[in-house]
Amino acid sequence: MTDHILSQNTPAARDIDIVRSREARRHRFNAALRYALLTAVGLLMLYPLIWLIGASFKTNSEIFANPGFWPEHPTLDGYIKGWKTSTPYSFGTFFINTLWIVIPKVIGTAISCTAVAYGFARFEFPGKKILFAALIATLLLPNVVTRIPQYLIFRDLGWLDSYLPLWVPSALAGDAFFVFMLVQFLRAIPRDMEEAARVDGATTWQTLIFIVVPLLMPALISVCLFQFMWTMNDFLGPLIYISSVDKYPISLALKLSIDTTEAFEWNRVLAMSVLSLAPALAVFFLAQKYFIDGISSGGIKG
Amino acid sequence: MARLQLRNLEKDYGSFRAVHGINLDVEDGEFMVLVGPSGCAKSTTLRMIAGLERVTGGEIRIGGELVNDKTPGDRGISMVFQNYALYPHMKVRKNLSFSMRLKRRPAVEIEQATNHVSGLLEIDPLLDRLPKQLSGGQAQRVAVGRALIKKPQVFLFDEPLSNLDAKLRASMRVRITDLHKRLKADGQQATVIYVTHDQTEAMTMGDRICVMRDGHIMQVADPVTLYSRPANTFVAGFIGSPEMNFLDGTFEGENSVRAAEQVIMLGDEFTKRISGRSEHVTLGIRPQHLRIVAAETPGTIKGKLTHIEFMGHEVYLYVDIGPKRLIAVVPSASYDRGALRDDWVRLSPDPKGVHLFDRQSGENISLAI
Repeated sequence: MTDHILSQNTPAARDIDIVRSREARRHRFNAALRYALLTAVGLLMLYPLIWLIGASFKTNSEIFANPGFWPEHPTLDGYIKGWKTSTPYSFGTFFINTLWIVIPKVIGTAISCTAVAYGFARFEFPGKKILFAALIATLLLPNVVTRIPQYLIFRDLGWLDSYLPLWVPSALAGDAFFVFMLVQFLRAIPRDMEEAARVDGATTWQTLIFIVVPLLMPALISVCLFQFMWTMNDFLGPLIYISSVDKYPISLALKLSIDTTEAFEWNRVLAMSVLSLAPALAVFFLAQKYFIDGISSGGIKG
Repeated sequence: MARLQLRNLEKDYGSFRAVHGINLDVEDGEFMVLVGPSGCAKSTTLRMIAGLERVTGGEIRIGGELVNDKTPGDRGISMVFQNYALYPHMKVRKNLSFSMRLKRRPAVEIEQATNHVSGLLEIDPLLDRLPKQLSGGQAQRVAVGRALIKKPQVFLFDEPLSNLDAKLRASMRVRITDLHKRLKADGQQATVIYVTHDQTEAMTMGDRICVMRDGHIMQVADPVTLYSRPANTFVAGFIGSPEMNFLDGTFEGENSVRAAEQVIMLGDEFTKRISGRSEHVTLGIRPQHLRIVAAETPGTIKGKLTHIEFMGHEVYLYVDIGPKRLIAVVPSASYDRGALRDDWVRLSPDPKGVHLFDRQSGENISLAI
């Protein structure tokens, strides 16, 4: 059957077939090459992380003896001893401390930034332009510049060695970047829905809560994720304001295990690092879809 | 009790005046259409009535009550938006009942009202869909339903059909006018203010039509009056398709007008309609009121036939007289193909359909009877 059809083909048609199959082959080859290259670069980028995970199962001496990532004698020693820490507190305390900093901060950020962004994006009030310019200006101001004045203010308020210096600025929309991000997102959403809600009898706050917040959700999830990850990773803030070990978050606790032991137990540090990565990674993968939506689209159609 | 009154209503945007002190009375149960070209402030007027736009000056009264400083929710109005403005994250059911849920009405009452409205608009099968799963026509029906469920004193429609295709627009037009009649028959308040730029919508739907231009009201009248007795050149040109023919000329003697170097006789009947004596006038003749007459009929308009468009039931004839072009629309049956392209023809205006406007003010001066 096939032969029969082939024999009927004109020479031109056969040429076309040859060219087409050559094209297809080249396409496959290109794809293979592309994937090989991407895999190689991807592995290169991920290698430190892979090595970290591998090394956390090694003994302290093997970390320096064996440069590969696969442990020869896998052991949970690092995890068990690392969890106990050299302090009276287990690593669990530090985990709870971290969450105790992160969760109120994320909630405060979400609420305050939404309210402020809504104000800037939807209302006309005297001095709006100047205030918005001031907001953007704080974006450009290096953090370091404000460290000392901020420290002095919080000291005078008697907030040192508490979580208040970490919570309060965020709960008052102190993160200009998030406000800016939400304002931009809101500007792309048509006002009709809010007007329809007002005609339906909603107050300004009801409009914000029932209409604007659901529309803003992708951006809001991004804001929460950013704040979550940045706060998890924040080292300097807790270092400056928290002095009691029982209030330390993970970021400080990891450093602690390097400081206090006479010989550095690297396998414990690495094991705890792996554990401290877990929440951020888990949250990221759970919310990945919204996260990408939020930062890439910047606005949705009505 | 749902009479709407606008008194010297004004709106300024900075130094620009968008609405110039307009006065309008809409009676209880009336279907009033605001129509005009884009930028004539018809939507701004509607948004002021809705309370979405602050009033610069004047008064808005709904049911006799001054509502200038009331919030949109307290005015007893509901509005249908051009792009539907359904809440995208709520199912149709929740969209419909949003206003009732805000007022914390009992669940049973909400359920009943939702079912009643969705039955009326035939959207029952859509109740559990999200707005993005609806077609344009369905979404528009839901938007109408959302307005209906509030049982408002005044319905506001802001170009609700302009996002639909021509066929759907025609059927929605009928649906909305039907709905208006049914609500009235049910004894529900059904005063409607309907904004559109489409004169077909205006003519077919409105009990009365308010023609606007640059923030002024040009004429308020029922469709027949608007068509047969336009108050000025703007209304005359805006209403009717193809557009009315205008010829600048001078008023000569008792019953003739000189225009485009020809004398056009208008007859004694016409002369009786003239009020005022302007010398410089504009002659307005609807294309439907011109017909071809035998050559050398005195007092008719002579011109060269340049295009013939066959439209099925009628024929459009384009006739050049000097630099001006006139359009005549004649029934296909009466067009015998006696005149062909590039022929010289004579057009006779039907004196009943001829209007004379003062060239300076644009006012119609042929409305005496």
